[in-house]
Amino acid sequence: MREGEALATLWVYLSADPLAALTATLLAWLAGLRVHEAARGNPIVNPVLVAVLLIVAVLLAAGIPYADYFEGAQFVHFLLGPATVALALPLYRQWSLVRGSAVAILVSLAAGSAFAVASAVALGVAFGAPLSVIASLAPKSVTTPVAMGVAEEIGGLPGLTAAIVILSGIVGASLGTLALNLARVRDWRARGLAIGTAAHGIGTARALVVNETAGAFSGLAMGLNALATALALPLVWRLFASG
Amino acid sequence: MIGAVALLLCCQFAGELVVRAAGLPLPGPVLGMAILFGILLARGGEPPAALVTVADGLLRNLGLLFIPAGVGVIVHIGLLAEAIVPVALAVSVGTLAAIAVTGKLMQALLGRTGSERR
Repeated sequence: MREGEALATLWVYLSADPLAALTATLLAWLAGLRVHEAARGNPIVNPVLVAVLLIVAVLLAAGIPYADYFEGAQFVHFLLGPATVALALPLYRQWSLVRGSAVAILVSLAAGSAFAVASAVALGVAFGAPLSVIASLAPKSVTTPVAMGVAEEIGGLPGLTAAIVILSGIVGASLGTLALNLARVRDWRARGLAIGTAAHGIGTARALVVNETAGAFSGLAMGLNALATALALPLVWRLFASG
Repeated sequence: MIGAVALLLCCQFAGELVVRAAGLPLPGPVLGMAILFGILLARGGEPPAALVTVADGLLRNLGLLFIPAGVGVIVHIGLLAEAIVPVALAVSVGTLAAIAVTGKLMQALLGRTGSERR
């Protein structure tokens, strides 16, 4: 009886305090890195994916709602902002390479951005997705806050969009290496630009670990694609919707 | 080190302010990245050592920062399941095709000069 009470008190403390969720997130990341290393750095065993699956398993097993977990995990989530700003550093270090290929960057980015949207919309239409789902798929390759805003503007569901964006990022980070190898893309600038265009920050996280040039081009592509998609997609969408 | 963290936060804050004031369709931190890049470029030379330490520390663990959002996917499992086939195809085939096409085009435009082999 007394023990039960103590346990209940402990449970109340743990679920109300950010400490548990924060600790679990860091431990899951360390475990993800370990598993990734154990798989000899195989990109398919993506550390983010491993960590997310671990936490999801714990939340489901213990019946903890996501909102409670996020109360603590938000402190980690908050750091995405300053980390995005920090992408200026690799960009600065690689500036001579970036400046030397400015035209190639802009053309590839515009084409890649349009292709990412068009392929998502085409697959959605071909497999009979409702319009709200197609609108949620369209901005899937850009960073989450922009994708959610664009989706909302064109009649998508922001929550669904967020989930689709995250999943696209994980696919790009874990299987993008394979796609680039199959396409025989060997140049680090091209590899980075492709990953950042199609798989935003999660892809960039992977690119930074592999190669600094790829990381810098990936971070740049992520920012530019956010801008391109936010400006162009709502306009093009309205053109098609009204036509 | 605190100075470097403050610099990152100041750039993000400035980015958020400008985005909101001007109604730009960008996340504040992305504009913050452009602002910090502008500062580094104007300053020239090597970036401050403390900034390098903090930025590299954050970027080496960038994956960690996506875990809370990644776990959030479970909230929308129901919505995802409703249109599982088109969503799964767009997320997998669509994303990988976009990566291959973008990379191939970029490599072709760059030509063979100065390319680093994998």
